[in-house]
Amino acid sequence: MALLQISEPGESPDPHARRHAVGIDLGTTHSLVAAVRSGVAECLPDRDGEVILPSAVRYLADGTTRVGRDALAGAVSDPTNTVVSVKRLMGRGLADVSNAGRLAYDFVDAAEGMVRLRTAAGVKSPVEISAEILATLRQRAEDTFDAELHGAVITVPAYFDDAQRQATKDAAELAGLNVLRLISEPTAASIAYGLDNASEGLYAVYDLGGGTFDISLLRMTGGVFEVVATGGDSALGGDDIDSALADWALARAGARAQSAGDRRAAAIAARAVKEALSSDERGVFRCTVAGEEVAQPIKRGELEAIARPFVDRTIAAVRQVVRDAKVDKAAIDGIVLVGGSTRMPLVRRAVGEFFGREPLTNLDPDQVVALGAARQADALAGNAGAGDLLLLDVVPLSLGIETMGGLVERIIDRNSPIPTARAQSFTTFQDGQSAMSIHVVQGERDLVADCRSLARFELRGIPPMVAGAARIEVTFTVDADGLLSVEAREGTSGVEASVTVKPSYGLSDDEITRMLSEGFGHAEEDMAARALREAQVDADRLLAAIGSALAVDGELVSDAERAEIDRASAALRAARVGIDRESIERSLKALSEATESFAAERMNRGIRRALAGRRVEDL
Amino acid sequence: MNLSADDFELFGLPRRFALDRGELESRRRALQAEVHPDRFAGADAASKRAAMQSAVRVNEAYARLGDPLRRAAYLCELAGTPVRAEDNTAMPLEFLRQQMAWRESLDDAGSREEVDAVARDVANERRLAYGRLAGALDERRDYGAAVEQVRALMFIERFAADVDDRLVALEG
Repeated sequence: MALLQISEPGESPDPHARRHAVGIDLGTTHSLVAAVRSGVAECLPDRDGEVILPSAVRYLADGTTRVGRDALAGAVSDPTNTVVSVKRLMGRGLADVSNAGRLAYDFVDAAEGMVRLRTAAGVKSPVEISAEILATLRQRAEDTFDAELHGAVITVPAYFDDAQRQATKDAAELAGLNVLRLISEPTAASIAYGLDNASEGLYAVYDLGGGTFDISLLRMTGGVFEVVATGGDSALGGDDIDSALADWALARAGARAQSAGDRRAAAIAARAVKEALSSDERGVFRCTVAGEEVAQPIKRGELEAIARPFVDRTIAAVRQVVRDAKVDKAAIDGIVLVGGSTRMPLVRRAVGEFFGREPLTNLDPDQVVALGAARQADALAGNAGAGDLLLLDVVPLSLGIETMGGLVERIIDRNSPIPTARAQSFTTFQDGQSAMSIHVVQGERDLVADCRSLARFELRGIPPMVAGAARIEVTFTVDADGLLSVEAREGTSGVEASVTVKPSYGLSDDEITRMLSEGFGHAEEDMAARALREAQVDADRLLAAIGSALAVDGELVSDAERAEIDRASAALRAARVGIDRESIERSLKALSEATESFAAERMNRGIRRALAGRRVEDL
Repeated sequence: MNLSADDFELFGLPRRFALDRGELESRRRALQAEVHPDRFAGADAASKRAAMQSAVRVNEAYARLGDPLRRAAYLCELAGTPVRAEDNTAMPLEFLRQQMAWRESLDDAGSREEVDAVARDVANERRLAYGRLAGALDERRDYGAAVEQVRALMFIERFAADVDDRLVALEG
């Protein structure tokens, strides 16, 4: 009989304590936070009982910030300081924002890097603005639980590229959230849908939001959600229809938007009449521009003619994904609609016609993403009862590097399952070449100029050789969050260079330090105290994790290894009670290294367990 | 069985060209259920690293086994007869003539029906070539012949993709 284990007082967390983990849908027009409570996923309401937080942030001259409905109040009267649809700016340079001239913001003129906006509270990046929204949701969750959050799963459009994903993760960390995982919005929706309906089979998730469009094909088997193929457009959504409708209505009425405030007012009016036309056949576009009242009647057919080109673009993406997945449309068991824009009858009709069947609409398209993310957060937090939920996602866009002549050499193809890693060898072009510039790009086109530039870095110190003799191995690794890191290594000399892809559209370390020191609920702590606390939390987590791993698989370690792990654990416990952060971090590293081979053995055991009881045919 | 095993051993599947697709899928799910990083979200750094490496390895093997052409090339490589597609491009003259004839008929095809006819022709040749490949690998264990079929199929697959692109262009 196994001996019962008793932990030291205060050392080990209560295994029955539920960790508070949330799912956050950080949307273009609105955001939500959800959690699993008593086995049920539900969106958490604010004090007024509202679950939807408008994704709007207003900076006031007195240095205060308003988020949500309070911020929206300033959308027309104070457009430059009231940021809406910031998601469309995440990980984007000024040149990428096609309608920058039409937006109300005072953009900082910079040729490189992510866009920046001048506001009453100073220059702000989209990452900081998104962090305000996330911090508001974090506060809401902490008020609900009256406890600190263990972590959060944040959703991103499946079609977000690396720069957009990295920007989202930065924003969450800035908001003081422990990011358990970034997951795709359609995948999150399918979890909520699949688990609620116990569905099995191949499903298409069509997700048209305010600013982004995704289409994913997923196979659901038991609790496993496997993305087969994904596609979309990260700059196509209901906002675009609003904007086209506003232009049409103003032109019909013979009015002109003169100011940024006018354009905002017209877009808001367009959205209101568009929403009304989902149930009514006729409506009236009403707003005040340049001091004059505009009232333009509109029929549903007219709206549909305006929206048609945008909907056609989504259907073209759907066709491509079905092709990528190499499946027959008839093999698809169901179509799930997600995102507020799928309330439009035109969208439902177009999707229904393409697939030859009625889409499923029995879930609230606004909440379904947050609810699915909450399920995944609960599973990742290791809470009991979360079940055997497992997501197997893919890379949405191909990744490669620039080669001679501005051509792209693809290293990881789109729709490759993640995590994934792939290495490719390159060589030098000139005799004696001592450095090589590595330009990482993302996209499906053959020319570098048509793809998105993610990062550039240099491998230096290549020993002099004749052209073509050096062997430079470039390794791309995409982790379970869909984030890329790149390493380059020269084979004969072992010279290395690596980069986590971030530079081109990311924030510098200095900026992050400044932003952290400026707040998001951490103003009362100084940076050193925060770093110490984080190290202590890491120590507790590591000790608890190793304790439970040894309890389950302890017989996989030899006595000598076990003695080494025990010694390193004791050293970490001793360092943990002190206030020397560096000593804690050193001990953390030592303990982590001591468990390296134990971890590898555990994986091998897992592999054997996976195949246990399965027939292995004769070789 | 462990991560240094070959793809077939890792998945517990027989080392041959014929493959039960359903088995491949269900084994991949079972393996990822054990090693995926999500299973170690709250674990220590060493376990997270090991999970990441294992999940990458499972995905790599899954991709290679799931693609018939890559699976065939891998079998040749395991048998000590690598395909070496990059430095061995010589093909029989008759095969090259057929390729040129296909290219010409695709270039000349103006209507959907004509492109469809080329597509049917290619699909038929593709099916026959895979049949010959399966015979060379699973029945005769003639890896030299298998390598030749793999190289021929690389041409055929590339051409089939071009035909497909033309069909899509005609649709859209």
